Amino acid sequence: MIFLTNLINGLSLGSVYAIIALGYTMVYGISKMLNFAHGDVIMVGAYISFCGTSYLGLPAWVSVVLAMAVCTALGIIIEGLAYRPLRGTGSLAVLITAIGVSYFLQNAALLIWGSAPKVFTSVFSGMGSSIRLFDGGLTVTWEAVFTLLIAILIMILMTMFTTRTKMGKAMRAVSEDNGAARLMGINVNSTISMTFAIGSALAAVAGVLLCSAYPALMPTTGAMPGIKAFTAAVFGGIGSIPGAMLGGILIGVIEVFGRAYISTELSDTIVFGVLIIVLLVKPTGLLGKKITEKV
Amino acid sequence: MKKEFMKKFAVVMLSLVMVFAMAACGGSSGGSSDSGSESAEAVLYVGATGPLTGGASFYGNAVKQGAMIAAEEINASETEFRIEFRMEDDEADGEKAVNAYHVLQDWGVQVVLGSVTTGSCVAVAGETFEDRVFEITPSASSSDVTNGKDNVFQVCFTDPNQGKTAANTILELYPDAKVAAIYNNSDPYSTGIFNAFKAEMEANGKELVEAATYPDDTNADYSAQLTACKSAGADVVLLPIYYTPASVILKQAADMGYEPTFFGLDGLDGILDMEGFDTSLAEGVMLMTPFNPWSDDAKVAEFVKKYQDAYGELPNQFAADGYDTMYVIYETFKAAGCTTDMSNEEICDAMVAAITGGFSYDGVTGEGMTWSTDGTVSKDPVVVVIKDGQYQDR
Repeated sequence: MIFLTNLINGLSLGSVYAIIALGYTMVYGISKMLNFAHGDVIMVGAYISFCGTSYLGLPAWVSVVLAMAVCTALGIIIEGLAYRPLRGTGSLAVLITAIGVSYFLQNAALLIWGSAPKVFTSVFSGMGSSIRLFDGGLTVTWEAVFTLLIAILIMILMTMFTTRTKMGKAMRAVSEDNGAARLMGINVNSTISMTFAIGSALAAVAGVLLCSAYPALMPTTGAMPGIKAFTAAVFGGIGSIPGAMLGGILIGVIEVFGRAYISTELSDTIVFGVLIIVLLVKPTGLLGKKITEKV
Repeated sequence: MKKEFMKKFAVVMLSLVMVFAMAACGGSSGGSSDSGSESAEAVLYVGATGPLTGGASFYGNAVKQGAMIAAEEINASETEFRIEFRMEDDEADGEKAVNAYHVLQDWGVQVVLGSVTTGSCVAVAGETFEDRVFEITPSASSSDVTNGKDNVFQVCFTDPNQGKTAANTILELYPDAKVAAIYNNSDPYSTGIFNAFKAEMEANGKELVEAATYPDDTNADYSAQLTACKSAGADVVLLPIYYTPASVILKQAADMGYEPTFFGLDGLDGILDMEGFDTSLAEGVMLMTPFNPWSDDAKVAEFVKKYQDAYGELPNQFAADGYDTMYVIYETFKAAGCTTDMSNEEICDAMVAAITGGFSYDGVTGEGMTWSTDGTVSKDPVVVVIKDGQYQDR
């Protein structure tokens, strides 16, 4: 029973990592850059949703839509102002800019919302208390159930989007060969903007789900989950959508099991240790494709 | 061409916004001074370092606001000199705290109030010990702050003292309970209390059924730790941690249907003021705090009223500590017969002799506080229980 409880906790945590990792993976796939500000977009999404419900009195789902809208706009603005001018200047410049944007978002949040932590009211709080099975021996929260379902739903939708729609195909084309895609008449700029928009909207969803399960909201809230999700994206094979999902779930489960059965102190060490082993055996990650560089 | 220009313009604008945002962060760290009067008047320069920005800024700002209320009161009644108070930002970082202390030295600091957090305070205390400047901290509770430094004093009680009192209280109230603890093993405050707690419990022949740890306060998930405590059958869970992780722990425990008695320490103070916190989660939680804003005590009520008028919120324990610390500095300064034209070293020696020589102070965080030569205060933690969203005596 304790094993089941831990498994469910791990799946719930892993689903949040998976949604964040999807954003990382899509942006990396298309622009070959690590958007380190992604974790902070999560934090902004959570704050917007918090303001929507607490200050404006909006219903939970409206506040989530609002958060997605604001984060989508934020994603497009960040890409347009901070990353686009540097495209083609080498990956290091963009990486440093991304770190700068991350600090900018954290400090802006500190100025706007202050440093005192806020307690996020779960968007599922209207659902009543958690589900109790086996005479209370096993409790499953609604947050855990919905986080997992939403993560799977998002993965299916994203896979369909990238394989079935015109825009999705354009994204894959740009990700495979930027120059050739442009020659084929694909508008690279708007395709990359679109990717950032989708990634940031996912970040807003992830922020709301993260803070629904783990309610303390601070300007640094997104930083650590962001890093873990980045690990998950690399673990599953960066650039691969099912890989991000698998990586996220595995990282969450390994983290919780490591904490429960091995050592609470070493749980992060175990997570990163597993990552190193996987990368040694399979350098492209679990589901990553091997791409031969043509010279 | 025009598009290129717009792009560049936008980039320049964004960088300007960033610069201003950073400048605003830095700007707010500038200290505040009391309303100026004629310069001929004697001035006692009291400097402080504390986190005014960053994750711990909540504590720094509370101390600053409490100390400013005390300084205003003192300046309204004192005729011989006035107190100039300035707090520099140290972001709860030892290195930045030393830099902040150097800024205060350039300003002419004579007595140091601070630092607010333990790491910073240990760093600054090393400097004030060398420079012979009197230092008293409102809230840095580790024994490392005062160890081996005759010039440093504490207004808060020490971590080991809290851990010991927590153990004795639990042994007295719940003699047959199974006791567990969840603590932050990377934080000196949390581990300091836990170690003293564990030692005292074991000295009384009681083993903890579970001691779960987590690596830092930004940790989001405590389900594994709670599951361990639950499966060990713990009825009392000690939480020697700050209120942010505690708020998550209380919610996750409620979600999993685990209802032990949670026993917190002064780090839990502030949990009821968290924006959006469902106070029913904290119902029945016990904690130890030196300050109860709902107390009937006249002195406390007056301070709470002034604080609410000035800042529109209830003072927490850090604000109360800041308030008391400013008064302790003032009273000791007077008791030692110091004047503002004395050198820092003379002031330091006279104040050290005065504070350890039968000086006693009644404040909002305790009555009859006295200080021993090792820098610690004699003041007993008070155990309160949260009922109807307020602290009540148990």
